[in-house]
Amino acid sequence: MSLGETLQRLSPELILLFTGLAVLCVDLIWRNEEKKTLWVPSLALIGLAAALVATVLLWNTPSSVVLALMAVDPFALFFKIVAIASVMLVILTAVPYLQGRTRYRGEFYALLIFAGLAISLASSGIDLISIYLPMEFLSITSYVLAGYLRGDQKSSEAGIKYFLYGAVTSAVMLYGMSLLYGLTGTTSLAGIAQTLKNSDPTAQWLAVAAIVPLLAGFGFKIVLAPFHQWAPDTYEGAPTPITAFLSVASKAAGFAILMRVLFTGLLAFRWNLGWMAFLIALSILSMILGNVIALRQTNIKRMFAYSSIGQAGYIVIGVICLAMNVNNFFLGVNGTLFYLFAYLFTNLAAFSAVIAVETATGSTEIADYRGLVRRAPVVAAVLLIALLSLAGVPGTGGFLGKFLVFGAAIQLNTAQTLSLAIIGIVTSVISAFYYLNVVRYMFFEPADETAEPIALPAGLKTGLLVTGLAILTIGLYPQPFIELATRSVGMLATGFLP
Amino acid sequence: MEQLLTFITFVPLLGALLILLIPKEEERTIKNLSVGISFIPLLLSIYLWFAYDKAASGFQFEVMARWIPAINVNYHVGADGLSIPLIFLTALLTTLSLIYSSFTITRRVKEFFLLFLLLEMGMFGVFVSLDLVLFYVFWEIGLVPMYLLIGIWGQPKDRPQYSAIKFFLYTLAGSVCMLLAILGLYFYHGTFDIVKLSQELGPGKPLGPVFGGVSWLAIAAFWAFFVAFAIKVPLWPFHTWLPDAHTAAPTAGSVILAGILLKLGGFGMMRIALPIFPEQFWMYTWRVPIIPVLALLSIVYGALVCMAQWDLKRLIAYSSVSHMGYFMLGVAATAAAWGQANLRDAAAMASNGAAMQMFNHGIITGGLFFLVGVIYERAHTRDLQDFGGLSKVTPYYYGIFMVTALASLGLPGLAGFWAEFFVFRGAFEIIPWFAAIGVLGIVFTAAYILWKIIQYVFLGDFDAHKWEKVTHGAKLTDMFAFEKVTMWPLVLFMIGFGIFPTPLVDFFNTFAQALLGG
Repeated sequence: MSLGETLQRLSPELILLFTGLAVLCVDLIWRNEEKKTLWVPSLALIGLAAALVATVLLWNTPSSVVLALMAVDPFALFFKIVAIASVMLVILTAVPYLQGRTRYRGEFYALLIFAGLAISLASSGIDLISIYLPMEFLSITSYVLAGYLRGDQKSSEAGIKYFLYGAVTSAVMLYGMSLLYGLTGTTSLAGIAQTLKNSDPTAQWLAVAAIVPLLAGFGFKIVLAPFHQWAPDTYEGAPTPITAFLSVASKAAGFAILMRVLFTGLLAFRWNLGWMAFLIALSILSMILGNVIALRQTNIKRMFAYSSIGQAGYIVIGVICLAMNVNNFFLGVNGTLFYLFAYLFTNLAAFSAVIAVETATGSTEIADYRGLVRRAPVVAAVLLIALLSLAGVPGTGGFLGKFLVFGAAIQLNTAQTLSLAIIGIVTSVISAFYYLNVVRYMFFEPADETAEPIALPAGLKTGLLVTGLAILTIGLYPQPFIELATRSVGMLATGFLP
Repeated sequence: MEQLLTFITFVPLLGALLILLIPKEEERTIKNLSVGISFIPLLLSIYLWFAYDKAASGFQFEVMARWIPAINVNYHVGADGLSIPLIFLTALLTTLSLIYSSFTITRRVKEFFLLFLLLEMGMFGVFVSLDLVLFYVFWEIGLVPMYLLIGIWGQPKDRPQYSAIKFFLYTLAGSVCMLLAILGLYFYHGTFDIVKLSQELGPGKPLGPVFGGVSWLAIAAFWAFFVAFAIKVPLWPFHTWLPDAHTAAPTAGSVILAGILLKLGGFGMMRIALPIFPEQFWMYTWRVPIIPVLALLSIVYGALVCMAQWDLKRLIAYSSVSHMGYFMLGVAATAAAWGQANLRDAAAMASNGAAMQMFNHGIITGGLFFLVGVIYERAHTRDLQDFGGLSKVTPYYYGIFMVTALASLGLPGLAGFWAEFFVFRGAFEIIPWFAAIGVLGIVFTAAYILWKIIQYVFLGDFDAHKWEKVTHGAKLTDMFAFEKVTMWPLVLFMIGFGIFPTPLVDFFNTFAQALLGG
């Protein structure tokens, strides 16, 4: 591959890198604080938009491997789109949020862009090295961002907690990777798959032992129980745009790596005591634990943390129920991708609404949402749509996500997957209760006498309307999105056909 | 007019979007506009009633368009003898409810009318859907506006927030079971199409026996559908959401709940459960008669609970449990006759009776909820012990209430009679013992209507002093013009279909004949 082609394949990452650096430099050199608050995020958004265009332009190039470490295929491109789009929307909501909370805004945007870059790199990694490094890159930027509000104790706690848990799971995951390396003598995923296929049965037990620490590392990013303990405090304490970022983009990155490693490196260990059994256990635990504990929450960010655990449990069902027939639309994995796509807009809509309320009232308590529909009808309407989507009510993207993953579970028609589907629907009925509890405060309870209408900054309003419309579009006209998801995993699916 | 059903379904949505654009201070415009818009589907549904070719029967005005080709989901709508009267009923009750509400709703007007029109779209959608996923989508979409209607405009003392979430969770719990069954059907038979599934399933037919003859799967799927519909109907013991929701909802909300939303469950039984799972349905009505027993429990238990009520609105809510029990008995009789050629006529009779019970219960109980609203607006109490002797002060109200109550009781000459007559006429031939016990319900019904409602509210002497005390001096006036306008169409239908039920029977009979085969 010529240098030009290599650069072209890497163009999204390069644009992100230069945008991040440019934002840092401009912020450093420019002295006019007034203008900076508007132009630095605008510069970031323009750069991100360019990266998005570059990613979309790569869509039709044949899948290829760059620098022997990174794959440029529809699967990676899908996650790049998710990462860039979510960073854009997070920046839109961050502009009013940071106002008055911190003086150091330029670094914030730059770090966010670097986190997006890390996800882009991680989703293309096809080698343990090129997977581990971007994951660490993502983690470190996220630690800083979670603890960004230095004066705020809760934010500092969020950062420290995230860091401690992250450092431990990262070490554990690295141990799992070293086991794999010791077993096979290679770090390339394809090489691992090849060696494991030919190795004798006793050696394969070591691979099973390696899967557990690996899942701990991925589960940490995805927020699967029991690797979720950092989430409630970090979600509550981190700056809200960062909570949104962690719940969407960081989770998507975890899923990208999970699928890549399991499907290209360890597919042979799917059944029996393989990763399928572990993932089933994690999924059931997450669905039950997340949704039941969320019932008792009074802080909305904390509630979304537990909701995020429960949703991770649903999304994983798609990975577990992977079907190998490419001509089928209930592939399982495409359900996972579709779900993540719908979840991206749903959670960003919800967090945009949370930011709107927090900016005006300074509170994230659910009780302070009383009478919101009178104070800010647009915010209440979009939050309603987002909550319905999370609860899986038809007409929203969240419903079709559940439809596809539960469909895959039923299609597989084994005792394990059927019980996953049944636990899934039972817990989603439970989840409707706490999602609607927020609706109850917004619509049924009257506002306080002194409560004033909430003013909505333009950026936030754009974010709310875009995400709200996107949820409905994905829910009512899902065909192109299902095709997108199916195409993205199509290559993975053909890859493991005998 | 090819897209007639599409128009009927989505005109309310357009109306809701229009209302969204009007500033919320323009209350009069919003009210007039939404009433005006609701007339469009009403007129279209009247046209549909007459344009349907009964001789040809089957599904007409069908539209088939690809919606999500990736998973074989189509926008497939159509109307037949079962759905057309229910579509008309939906349009009629919505228009009347909007007229009534435009005089009684004073708080958060814009939201109310917006949600009401969205609700109307959801209900139409269920009745016209011929694709399981489309059906499911509309089924659930209607939940959200109703949830908000109960929660926002309910009377604070009736615990509206609790009732609203209870209503939502009960229906959701049922419908997610249905979702799994829908997916199961798809993976075994490769289609979500209701027409295909109901006509081509069975031994020796193109799609083969249901679930390829795996009986435990078929039974599980049948019960999943059945429970989803039974919660909505509602059948004992799934009924506990109903008294709370009906009592807490604002008047128009109760009318729609009792008049239409319960029928969604009944419609599902007849559109999906009966044709797709005839064998399983037969098994649990004939071999192991769980379903007739539940129907009887609903009839008798519902009526007995009515007798113990002192809250007028709650009483009428429970009467729905009892009355929909007759519906269920009719469906059970139809199902029990499966595969027995000599019972075919009786089965058709029972099916017609059940469908008529849905329609008649809609106009009668809808009317009763309006009438409760009338007195509640004046007295701000619904306690039967607070009333008495109203016939002397409000004779007009007494007259209208009397007709409606007697229709509910099943007096010959009024609409309610024919439905019960057909149900029992069919059921006595097929499941005679259950029918015999079911007749008990009619006696109890007469008791609670005459004794509890008519006697306590209207008969005796009017005690002005007591009225003064319990209502804090509210003025007792007879019905206003808008209340009369709301009630008269319903009363006319009660009398009209009581004297001449043929048009209704003709419609439902085309469905019954198609269901029972040639």
